Amino acid sequence: MTDPQDKPYDDIPGTFVFDADRSREGYHLNQFCISLRLQKNRDALTADPEEYMSRFPMTEAQKQAVRDRAWNRLLELGGNIYYTSKLAAFDGITFQDLAAMMTGVSREDYRDMMLHGGRPIEGNRYKSEWEKK
Amino acid sequence: MARITAGVGCSHVPAIGVAMDTGITDQPYWKPVFDGFVKSREWMKENQPDVIFLVYNDHCTAFDASCIPTFALGCAAEFAPADEGWGPRPVPVVKGHQKLASHIAQSVILDEFDLTIMNEMEVDHGLTVPLSVMFGETGVDDAWPCPVIPLAVNVVQYPAPTGNRCYNLGKAIRRAIDSYPEDLNVMIFGTGGMSHQLQAERAGLINAEWDRRFLDMMANDPEAARRIEHVEYLRETGSEGIEMVMWLVMRGALDEKVTEVHRHYHVPASNTAVGHIILENHS
Repeated sequence: MTDPQDKPYDDIPGTFVFDADRSREGYHLNQFCISLRLQKNRDALTADPEEYMSRFPMTEAQKQAVRDRAWNRLLELGGNIYYTSKLAAFDGITFQDLAAMMTGVSREDYRDMMLHGGRPIEGNRYKSEWEKK
Repeated sequence: MARITAGVGCSHVPAIGVAMDTGITDQPYWKPVFDGFVKSREWMKENQPDVIFLVYNDHCTAFDASCIPTFALGCAAEFAPADEGWGPRPVPVVKGHQKLASHIAQSVILDEFDLTIMNEMEVDHGLTVPLSVMFGETGVDDAWPCPVIPLAVNVVQYPAPTGNRCYNLGKAIRRAIDSYPEDLNVMIFGTGGMSHQLQAERAGLINAEWDRRFLDMMANDPEAARRIEHVEYLRETGSEGIEMVMWLVMRGALDEKVTEVHRHYHVPASNTAVGHIILENHS
C-alpha cells in the first residue's frame, strides 16, 4: 500500500490537487461558495456581501481572496474549482471564461487554444519543466 | 434472468447539455460533437434497454463538502434534475428501478463493497447529460425511455476510489444483476472525462494521445486500464481527468472480451475532450 501522506502529485505544475488537507483548510470557503447555488443566498450576498460572508467562519485571507475574486488564490487557500465556479457564476462568469482568467490569458486566446486541441501535455507534466521557461 | 448486454462510456460536459437545451447543436462549434452520437442514438433504439445503471459523479449538488460518500447508490423511486445555480435542466424527472436497485445494494454490500444508500437524491448534469446525448432531445414533459439506477462516485475530493476498486465493483454489480430473477436488458454507463483540467494555471490541458490509448484499453485491455494509478490520471489527463475511473466500473461489469460497436472522440467541448465508446457483451 502507498503511504497516504505521500503526495506524488505535488510536482504537477499549475495544479492544486484537492486532497484531504486542502479540503480541511477550505471547508468553510467551499461551503460559502456552494451556498450560492440557491437564489435566496445569492440575493443575500448581493444585499450585503460582508454580512453574508460573516455567516461562514472563513479565514481573513479567504475572505480577502473572495473580495478580490483572486481565483487562483482561492484554490491555494483550499477552494475547489467546482465550488469557486459558483462564485464565478454569481458574477456572470462562465466556466470557460473562468479558466481563461486562471491561466492569465484573454477569453479569445483561451477559446482559440481549446479549438486548436487544448493545452498540450508536452512541457506541462512537471514543475521542473515550467521552471526552465 | 437479468443480464448486462452492453456498456457505454461517455463524457458528461455540462455545456453539451446547455447546447441541447438551447437548440444550438447544429452550430459549427457543436456539430462535430453531436455527429458522433447519431449512430449511438440509432443503436439505443435498436437495443432498447429495460434499465440503465449509470455511473457518474455529483458536482457538489447532492453532496457538498459536508458529506462525501465514495460510492452512493440511488435507490429512490425518482430523481429530480437539480438546480445547479441557473435553474434545473429542462429534462424529465429520472425514474429509478427500486426493486433492482435494492437487490444490487444488498448483493454488493454482502460482496464487501460498502455502498451508501440514497433514498432521496437530486441529480445534476453528470447524470442527465449522458442520457440526453444517448437518447436525443427529451422535453421536460416527456419521459426518459427507461428507468435509471444512479451510482454517484466521489471524484471531487482526492483520492477518488482506485481504478482497480472501481473495476472490481463493476464485477460485483455484474454478479448482482446476473442473480436478479426478472428478465431484464440492463445497460451500464460509465461517464465523465476524458482529459480535462478546469482549474489553476494548467487549465485547458488536453492529452488526445492518452485518451485514445484509454479508449483502446476499454475495448481490448481492461486489465491494463485497471492498473492506471491516480497520479498518472492527474499528471497526464488533467486534475479532472481522474473522472475516467468511473469508466472502469462500467468495464468491470462487462465480459473480458467485448465487441466495440462505436467510438467517437472530439476536442473540444468547452474545456474538455469528449470521448465515447459502445461495447457489447456476448454472454
